[in-house]
Amino acid sequence: MLEVFIFATLNGLVTGLLLFMLASGLTLIFSMMGVLNFAHASFYMLGAYFAYSISLHFGFWTGLIFAPIIVGVLGALVERYGLRRVHQHGHVAELVFTFGLAFLIEEAVQFFWGADTKNYQSPDLLDFPLFTLFGQEFPAYRGFMIGISITIFISLYYVLTKSRIGIIIQAALTHPHTVSNLGHNVPLIFMGVFGVGTALAGVAGVMAGPVLTTFPGMAVVLGSIVFVIVVIGGLGSLAGAFIASILIGLLQSYAIASDVGMPDLLNLLGIEFSRDHPFTDLWTLTLPQIAPILPFLLLVLVLIFRPTGLMGKREQ
Amino acid sequence: MAVIKKSLVWICYLLGLLALPQFFDSVLAISIFNQMAIAIVFALSYNMLLGQGGMLSFGHAVYFGLGGFLAVHALVMIEFEILSFSIIWIPLVGGFIGLLAALFIGTFSTHKAGTVFAMISLGIGELIAASSLIFVSFFGGEAGISGDRTFGPSFFGIEWFQNLEIYYLAVAWVFIATLFMYFFTLTPAGKMANAVRDNPERAEFIGYSARRVRYITFCAAGFFAGVAGGLFALNYEFITEENLNAATSGRVLLSAYIGGLGYFIGPIIGAVVLTLMNSLLSNYSDLWMLYLGIMFLLTVLFLPRGFAGFIMMHQMVWAQGKIKSLVLPYLLTGVPSFIFVIASVGLIELSHTDEAEFNYLGLNFDSTTAIDFILISIAVLAALFCIRKSLPQLRAAWESANEISDDDEKEAQS
Repeated sequence: MLEVFIFATLNGLVTGLLLFMLASGLTLIFSMMGVLNFAHASFYMLGAYFAYSISLHFGFWTGLIFAPIIVGVLGALVERYGLRRVHQHGHVAELVFTFGLAFLIEEAVQFFWGADTKNYQSPDLLDFPLFTLFGQEFPAYRGFMIGISITIFISLYYVLTKSRIGIIIQAALTHPHTVSNLGHNVPLIFMGVFGVGTALAGVAGVMAGPVLTTFPGMAVVLGSIVFVIVVIGGLGSLAGAFIASILIGLLQSYAIASDVGMPDLLNLLGIEFSRDHPFTDLWTLTLPQIAPILPFLLLVLVLIFRPTGLMGKREQ
Repeated sequence: MAVIKKSLVWICYLLGLLALPQFFDSVLAISIFNQMAIAIVFALSYNMLLGQGGMLSFGHAVYFGLGGFLAVHALVMIEFEILSFSIIWIPLVGGFIGLLAALFIGTFSTHKAGTVFAMISLGIGELIAASSLIFVSFFGGEAGISGDRTFGPSFFGIEWFQNLEIYYLAVAWVFIATLFMYFFTLTPAGKMANAVRDNPERAEFIGYSARRVRYITFCAAGFFAGVAGGLFALNYEFITEENLNAATSGRVLLSAYIGGLGYFIGPIIGAVVLTLMNSLLSNYSDLWMLYLGIMFLLTVLFLPRGFAGFIMMHQMVWAQGKIKSLVLPYLLTGVPSFIFVIASVGLIELSHTDEAEFNYLGLNFDSTTAIDFILISIAVLAALFCIRKSLPQLRAAWESANEISDDDEKEAQS
């Protein structure tokens, strides 16, 4: 029991940190432009595919460095020539634009790389068990993922709160006009933040590609969950996004690892049930079965009872 | 006068729908028309939500799908004689279920418009789509459920064996649904929906609950989405999880947006265009979704009011009788644009093909050598150059056509 719990926790942490790498960029972009970037997970997918192509020729480590840069530049271009143009038509148009972009990127990936799953491998250097617990091995690559994510967040936090450029960004988020009057190029800052946000998604893609498989549907799989996290954490709150990412990561991991379900509950309550009842699906429901819908259930509940999310600011 | 003119439009719409199979009577054409009929009702109901009520939904397929599932269940019940009514009422069953679902979900989702509503709709959509794979006995899992429309009391001797019979039934329902959705735009509730979309605060100040107005619009949209789902069930006699998941929700958003939100005719145009693309283009190219995506993004970027909005832009020029002055500039930009599109598509297809000999528009290309790539690329670039060169004169012509001259102003004053 304990070993299941420990491994579920570790896997939940890996997923949670990966999700946070996506959610942090999404949250930054949201607080900047006031729009949820539907295509964020698509940049994550692009990261994985670019890294795959680069790794074929130059190895994994080159991909880890250059794929996020390419993705970031693409993101900045999208902001400059797409979003900025749509911005004048209002939030709905922006949301619809990013939605269309997500649709297009998925099709474009299939055009350039094909619809099949790519054999994107983690580096041989990290192909050993980090430690062995209760006879089960924990791969070093997962440990590496945890390490990289935490390093990135600490440096991101440091840059945002301590450095001069971070302070200008923070000021530009809340008072763009004042910052502009002080002589800073606010549109350039926005473009930069968008680029860095998408590059972070790219990093997540590079690292997740070998573990979660690289295929054209990988953006859809993670995309809506990242949304859920940003909303549950409270729109625009980095700390909230962190808590929500870990929460969702652990929740899903525990739900999949557990093997309890409705039959156990009914037995516990001493209720008899027959197998061929019209509601038989309901009686035989298990927790691993409903694991994929738990985040969405949480999302709907949070939006109904606390629309500002866990750490969101109170609405004006 | 205006009433007569409007009724004339409606009569033409009905006659056009009825006459379509006279011109195209192949099996393929009829099945495309049936798809169109379903898509029109669905897209119009989406427009009700987004265009009229300002609620961006990423889960509108839920009401379509639930209506469809219950409609198929109703077909099965008719087959086993648990229920006994003619299948012509099946779309109403779907609509009723769509309405019930909307009545329930609307109680908590219409609290706010904008991002919150969009997120709730996304969450509900994912929730229902995921649940449909879990509750196998009701949704049939990945295979879906199927029924048979030929049972039940016959309707004037029609047995519903052929798709053509279903087409005429669908026409009746599409016409009724379109008419009622149009009437809804004229009711006070419909007008208030517009007001709440544009400025909920002001609507509250004059004594309307923005939430209740949204709720009413939401329920009406759910009802008509359900009607479309019922039509789907009648046409295909089966329904799967795919019909209520995010992909279907996305497609209806695409068709309504490309057609033009806010204009009543917009979603109809969008539904027709998308169905045609879906069924005709997909025969020629497996990249049609890529083209759809590009077309959608271009629409969002350059025609924020869709095709219908583009047509409506010319209303004033038309009224002033200056439309003639635009013909030449349009041709000067339009012809290179057309060549640009054709050549770009050729380039994309050529780089995607596996065959060495590639036939495109009656021309044979060789995909193994670089020379054909270079030739088409030159055509693309040349067309792009012409577009850039001719665009300023189009803009100037557009501005001068829209200018209200001094004479017109004097006339207006006197």
